Amino acid sequence: MSDAAPILEMKHVSKRYGGIAALNEVDFVAYPGEIHAVLGENGAGKSTLIKIAAGVTDPSDGEVFVDGRRVNFRNPTEAMAAGVVCVFQELSLLPDLTVADNLSIVSPPLRGGLIDSAGQRQRARELLASIGCEDVHPLELVRDLPLSRRQMVEIAKALGKKPKLLILDEATSALTAADVERVYAIIRKLRSEGVGILYVSHRMHEIEALADVATVFRNGRRIETFRKGERSVSAIVQMMIGRELTHHYPDKPAPKPAEPVALSAKNLSWGAQLRDISLDIRKGEIVGLGGLDGQGQRSLLLALFGVLKVVSGTVEIMGKPHRLSGPRSAMRASLPMALIPEDRKTEGLMLPMNIRDNISLASLSRFQKGLRLDGGKEHSAVERIIDSLKIKISDLAAAVSTLSGGNQQKVVLAKWLMTDPGIILLNDPTRGIDVGTKQEVYQLLRDLADKGVAVLFYSTDYAELIGCCDRVLVMYNGGIARELEGEHLNERTIIETALNVDDKEQAA
Amino acid sequence: MNDLRHRIHHNGGLLAAIGLFIVMFVIYVSNHPVGLTAAVATTASNKAVLLALVAMAQTLPVLTRGLDLSVGMVFILANCLASVLVVGTIGEGFLGIAIVLGAGALAGFINGAIIVWGRLQPIITTLATGAVYYGIALYVRPGPGGDVQSDIADFATGQLFGIIPTALIVLLAIVLIVWVPYRNSVLGRAAYAVGSNEQAAYMSGVPVQRAKLLAYTLAGFLAAIGGLMLTFNTYSGEASSPIAGTYTLNSIAAVVIGGTSLFGGWGSAIGSIFGAFVLRTIEDLLFVFDLDPLWQPLFQGVVLLAAVSLGALRVLRIRNRLELFA
Repeated sequence: MSDAAPILEMKHVSKRYGGIAALNEVDFVAYPGEIHAVLGENGAGKSTLIKIAAGVTDPSDGEVFVDGRRVNFRNPTEAMAAGVVCVFQELSLLPDLTVADNLSIVSPPLRGGLIDSAGQRQRARELLASIGCEDVHPLELVRDLPLSRRQMVEIAKALGKKPKLLILDEATSALTAADVERVYAIIRKLRSEGVGILYVSHRMHEIEALADVATVFRNGRRIETFRKGERSVSAIVQMMIGRELTHHYPDKPAPKPAEPVALSAKNLSWGAQLRDISLDIRKGEIVGLGGLDGQGQRSLLLALFGVLKVVSGTVEIMGKPHRLSGPRSAMRASLPMALIPEDRKTEGLMLPMNIRDNISLASLSRFQKGLRLDGGKEHSAVERIIDSLKIKISDLAAAVSTLSGGNQQKVVLAKWLMTDPGIILLNDPTRGIDVGTKQEVYQLLRDLADKGVAVLFYSTDYAELIGCCDRVLVMYNGGIARELEGEHLNERTIIETALNVDDKEQAA
Repeated sequence: MNDLRHRIHHNGGLLAAIGLFIVMFVIYVSNHPVGLTAAVATTASNKAVLLALVAMAQTLPVLTRGLDLSVGMVFILANCLASVLVVGTIGEGFLGIAIVLGAGALAGFINGAIIVWGRLQPIITTLATGAVYYGIALYVRPGPGGDVQSDIADFATGQLFGIIPTALIVLLAIVLIVWVPYRNSVLGRAAYAVGSNEQAAYMSGVPVQRAKLLAYTLAGFLAAIGGLMLTFNTYSGEASSPIAGTYTLNSIAAVVIGGTSLFGGWGSAIGSIFGAFVLRTIEDLLFVFDLDPLWQPLFQGVVLLAAVSLGALRVLRIRNRLELFA
C-alpha cells in the first residue's frame, strides 16, 4: 500500500446493537492521499464503520487510531477537531438557517466576540465558488433549496472544515451529472493535497472512476481490500453476495396468468422520486420490490396507498379506476388495501396503547354497535387473530411497547389482516426481527396469496425476495429498472440491476 | 439588491407584525379624544413594554423548540422581590435591581438545567418550576403592598426630554444590549440551529446543551426586567396568580403574532415585541371605540387565529401527507 502512516486505522472493531453485531472484529486501514471505496450490500456494516470513524457512535470493542493517535470520540465535534469530517447521507444541514449560517455553523468568523456576518457571507461565497455553486446565494435558506443544491452545500460545509479524512456517504446520490463531475474534480484535488477519502457509493462506475483502493464488507465483516484494477466487477459482486442461504422458504406455486389483475398502476410519477412506474399485480401473486435503499420503493408504496399528493398517472383496482386520495379510501377500495409500514414504531403502532387496541384500530367500524363498540366481539376477533399468527403475549391489555420486535411486527400484521385486505403492500417487514418470525411471515404471505390476496413486498434482503416472490421489480433512481422472474431471479441479477452495472445508467 | 430580497423574505413575519401594529396604532391615535400627546404615549408604552419584555423572554426557549410556562411567574416573583429589595437610597435601589435580575436569571438557569441535564420536557418542567417560583413570590409578599425606590421608578416610567417615554428607551436598550449581541453570538445561533433540527445540529458539532441553558437563563433574566418595570409602574408588589398566568399565555400569543415558529428555529424577539404591542393595542382600541372591555379576549383570539393561519400557509405546499403530522 502507501508508505505514509495511516490516517485512519481500526483494530478488531466490533459494534453490537442488542444481540446483533453490525460490525464484527473489523480491521480497517485508510491512508492519506488515497481514495478508498467502501462497498457492501444494505446492512453490510458500511454505515456503522463510518459512524464510528465520525464519532456518531462508539465501538463496542476494539481500537480506533486517527493520524497514529488512539482516539475515543464521544461526539462528532471531537472527530471534527481531529480532522475527520463526514458528509452524511441524511443531510446534516439546518433547514431554517441561511446557507452562510450553515457553512460556518461551528466556528464562524468573529468580530468583537460576535459573528461577523459580512465575513461569513464572504466565506460562504468562496466555499460555494470552490465547488462551482455560484448559483446559490449565501442568504438563501437551506429549506428553499432543491435537494441537489443542498447536497452541494453539505459538501461545501465539509470542505470548509479543512478535513484530513473526508468521508462521503452516498454523497452524490441526488446530484446532477454536471455536479457529480465537479465533485469528482474536488475529490481528486483533495487527494493530491494529501487528504484521505473514504467513499461509500453503490454506483459501481463511480467507484471505477474514482477509487484507488476498495474494501468490501459483508454481514459486518471486512471481506477483502484490493487496489484498483485487481478485481473485476463480477468478482466484486460475488464478494458482496457470497453468503449462504440460511432460510427456508415456502414452495412457490406455478405461475397463474389466468388470475385477474388486482392492482394495476400506469405511469406513476411523483417529483423526482418516482419516474413513470407501471406495474400489474395479479390476485394470488407475490411481487417483490428490490433495489438499493432509497431508490423510490418507499415512495411507491406510499403513493399506491394514497399518502402522497399530486401523483401523476393512474391506478386501477380490479379494472376500475381508483383515486389516490388517502389511506381511508385505499382501505375502502373494491379490494381493500393494507400498508405494512417501514417503521413499526412510528407509523405502525401506538406504542403506549395496549395490544388489543392496536390490533383492532384499523377495523373498528366492524365492531360498532350503535354508538359504542362491541367489546366482546372485538375481543374474540383479536384473540382469533393472535392465535392464528402465534403472537406471544401474556396479556391483551399490556402495552405494545413491552413486546419483542418480532411480536410487535406481528401485531402490525395482525392489525392489517383484521381489515381483510385484498391487496397488501409491505415495506421491509422483516427488518430487525428474528429468524423464526421471519419464516412465519414468509409462510403467512404465501398462505394469503393462495387465498387470492395480491402482495407487493419491498425488502432490502435480496435472499428474501428470491425465496418469497413470484416476480421481482428492481428499482433504480425512482424507476423500475428491470423485472426478474423464474431462472433470471437470482442474487447476481438483482445486485447487478440494483447497482446498475450493465451500463444502462441514465444521465441522472 | 438580491441581498435585500432575501432579507425581506427572512423577515416576513416580523414585517407583518410591524405593519399590523402600525395600522392598529394609527387607528387608535386618530380616534383618541386628545390625540398623540406625550402622556398618552407614555401610558401606552408603560403597559406595552411589560408584555413586550415577557414576550421577548418567551421567544428564546421557543426558538430552541421549547416553551417556558414559568415566564409569568418569574415576572411576578421579580415584582414581589423588587417591592422588598429596591428600596432606600438610589444606590441601595440599584443593588436591589441587581439582586432581582440575578434571581430571575437563576430561575431561568434552573429551568434550563432541569431540561438539559434532567432531560425533562420543557412544558412540564416550567409548569412545575413556575408553581415553585410563584410559591416563593407568595412567601415574599403574602399580601399586596411594599414599596419601591421612587426616584428610579419615576424615571423609568416617565419621559425623556419631556416627550419620549423612558420605558421605550429601556426596551430599546435591552434590545441593543441583550438581543442583538445574542442573535449574533455563536450560542444564539446555536439556539436557532437546535430549534431547526436538533439532530443535525448535534451532528454538525453545535453546542446543543449550552445553547439551551443560555436560552432559558436569558428568558428568566428578561422576565425579571419585566417584573422590575411592573414594580416601577405600580409602586408595589403583588403575588397575583391571574396576572402571572395571563402574562405567560399572552407572551406565547405575542411570540406567534410576531412571526416566531412554535416549532423552533425561526423568528426573532423583535417580532415578539411587536406581537406584544399588537395585543396591547387591541385593548386600547376597545377603549377608544367605547366598546365593552369584555370583548377584549374575543378580539385577541381572532387576531391570534389570523396570525397563525398566515403561518400555516406552507402546509398547502406539502406533497407527502405524512409530513403534515411530522
